[in-house]
Amino acid sequence: MNFLEILRTAIFALRGNWLRSALTSLGVIIGIAAVIVMVSVGQGTQAEIDKMVSGLGSQRLDISPGGGRGPGGARMSSSSFFTLTEEDVDAIRTEVQNVQFVAGSLRGNTQVVFAENNGSTSWQGVQPEYFDINSWELVQGDGFTAQDYGSAGKVVILGETVRRTLFGEDSGIGQTIRLGRVPFTVAGTLKPKGQGGWGQDQDDVVMVPMETARRRLMGSMGLPPGTVMQIALTVTDPKDLDYVQGEVEALLRQRHKIQPGEEDDFSVRNISQIVATRTATTNLMSKLLGAVAGICLVIGGIGIMNIMLVSVTERIREIGLRMAVGAGPRDIRRQFLAEAMLISLIGGVIGIAFGVVGALVFSKIGQLPVELNTKVVLLAATFSICTGLFFGYYPARKASLLDPIEALRSQ
Amino acid sequence: MSQRAGDATASAVTPVILTRALEKVYAAGSEAEVVALKGVDVRILPGEFVAIMGPSGSGKSTLMNLIGCLDTPTAGSYACDGVDVSTLDAEELAVLRRDKIGFVFQGFNLLPRMSALENVAMPMGYSNVPRIERLQRASAALAAVGLHNRGGHLPSELSGGQQQRVAIARALINRPPLLLADEPTGALDSKTGEEILALFKRLRDEGHTVVLITHDAEVAAHCDRVLVMKDGELHEGTLQEGLHPPQGGSA
Repeated sequence: MNFLEILRTAIFALRGNWLRSALTSLGVIIGIAAVIVMVSVGQGTQAEIDKMVSGLGSQRLDISPGGGRGPGGARMSSSSFFTLTEEDVDAIRTEVQNVQFVAGSLRGNTQVVFAENNGSTSWQGVQPEYFDINSWELVQGDGFTAQDYGSAGKVVILGETVRRTLFGEDSGIGQTIRLGRVPFTVAGTLKPKGQGGWGQDQDDVVMVPMETARRRLMGSMGLPPGTVMQIALTVTDPKDLDYVQGEVEALLRQRHKIQPGEEDDFSVRNISQIVATRTATTNLMSKLLGAVAGICLVIGGIGIMNIMLVSVTERIREIGLRMAVGAGPRDIRRQFLAEAMLISLIGGVIGIAFGVVGALVFSKIGQLPVELNTKVVLLAATFSICTGLFFGYYPARKASLLDPIEALRSQ
Repeated sequence: MSQRAGDATASAVTPVILTRALEKVYAAGSEAEVVALKGVDVRILPGEFVAIMGPSGSGKSTLMNLIGCLDTPTAGSYACDGVDVSTLDAEELAVLRRDKIGFVFQGFNLLPRMSALENVAMPMGYSNVPRIERLQRASAALAAVGLHNRGGHLPSELSGGQQQRVAIARALINRPPLLLADEPTGALDSKTGEEILALFKRLRDEGHTVVLITHDAEVAAHCDRVLVMKDGELHEGTLQEGLHPPQGGSA
């Protein structure tokens, strides 16, 4: 029997019991849909992580106050919130080798006002190298001068979103805006960075010199003098990252007079740790969906096997007759195998449709990045056919081994 | 009535069925051992119309299964249209059945969801005849058994006699040298049975070889030659008046 003939016979047989066939393929439908969602979310997240890594660079360390509890598990208490100082920044710069840039920073939120335009945004009080560390570039204006940093000049650099809010199409350079109640002169605008790795708008920010921030913007927060909220640094060569991290930790422990065995009052994180956190979350999600997919495919496959066994029993006379008129065991086996594979393939196709819709819904509701491609679809189709092949083989073989005499005689 | 199975021509023609000391033992070696066939020699030539008669338990079903290549003998040999069956595996037996034998059953055995035309065309699917040709040939075969415009009907929409005609058309579709009919009139009323037997005679006249298995002497009486199974042995039948005298061949 040629391929087309087998296919035609299988379709004919399935049509005769179309409801049963449809119900049988349900397990495969759910399984394949889960496969599609799983792989799409997995790939989407991976792509995003890659983007994040290349955006932030793998040569960066972030030091925060408070004891770190491993990636993503930072444990902070108010007493340990002010442990980093400008002296720490200077010490890292002078005492740790292979550090390219290092800068402390303060941050907070404020109202920005220009004429009748206003909005709320976050500010960063920065040291000079902050711009290099974070790859911020000026598109207009000259930025901060050494004097601005030294004498707490009331100058501000605007992120693209803030600039657009306040000035529309104008650059706003030289204009005076207010942060809260304090007037600032716009000294520059930043090149847009777009959406960050967590979906936040990175351009919704303004920069002021750190000393300015301390005196004019921190206000009532009452930080001890010289405190910084964060220290960021980059190393000259990504290979040195672990070395520098170790040196920085040792230096800060020494400076903060932390005894051996005591916990750090700061935490140093590098981007790979952040990525690891995110990857772990995604992997867990993927594994969960993978388990669901696997279970569904097995259950679906067992359903197919069950129905095919029923079908073989029901059609035992048909099998006997087909054998009598010249169907060999191979023909019978292929016929039933084709039916099983057709059920699972149809289930697979429907499952792919559901999976694509599901992936899109996931990306909308679950705020998860999703990446669909033809490879995923082909993979799912292959999975479904293999399910049919695997679970259809036993019933098909059983049918092919029937004795034609017995099969013809049965009622 | 043409009668080709004369002794004079026997040596020149390949017999459709030629068995030598055919034996079949079920459950050999156990307490339930049954010797169903005890050295059966039968020789049927092309164009013959032969009845194999016998009461149930006589071994005639066993003989039919062996002749029909549905089973292999325990001992002895069987050449079906010149092909030695004893060494064939299941796959090769299927090919032999496809090419050499057309089956007609007591219960018609039509596939209920297929039209008459599809039923007749079905066996050709296994010999890779192109679909168009298949349907044309099936249509012609239906016409040949007197069902010109019934091709589109489902078996359930046909009478018993019509269903059996469809089954005969199906049996003939691969142009086999042997037509093997197992109680073909058993499920039909006597008038319809007569029609079916008349159809067999016509097929015999057209050159087909027909072997009819039956327990009914009246049915057997229509055949040119009667073989009788009794206790696993086969005899040339001369037992009843009203039967045609046995002619030619050796059993």
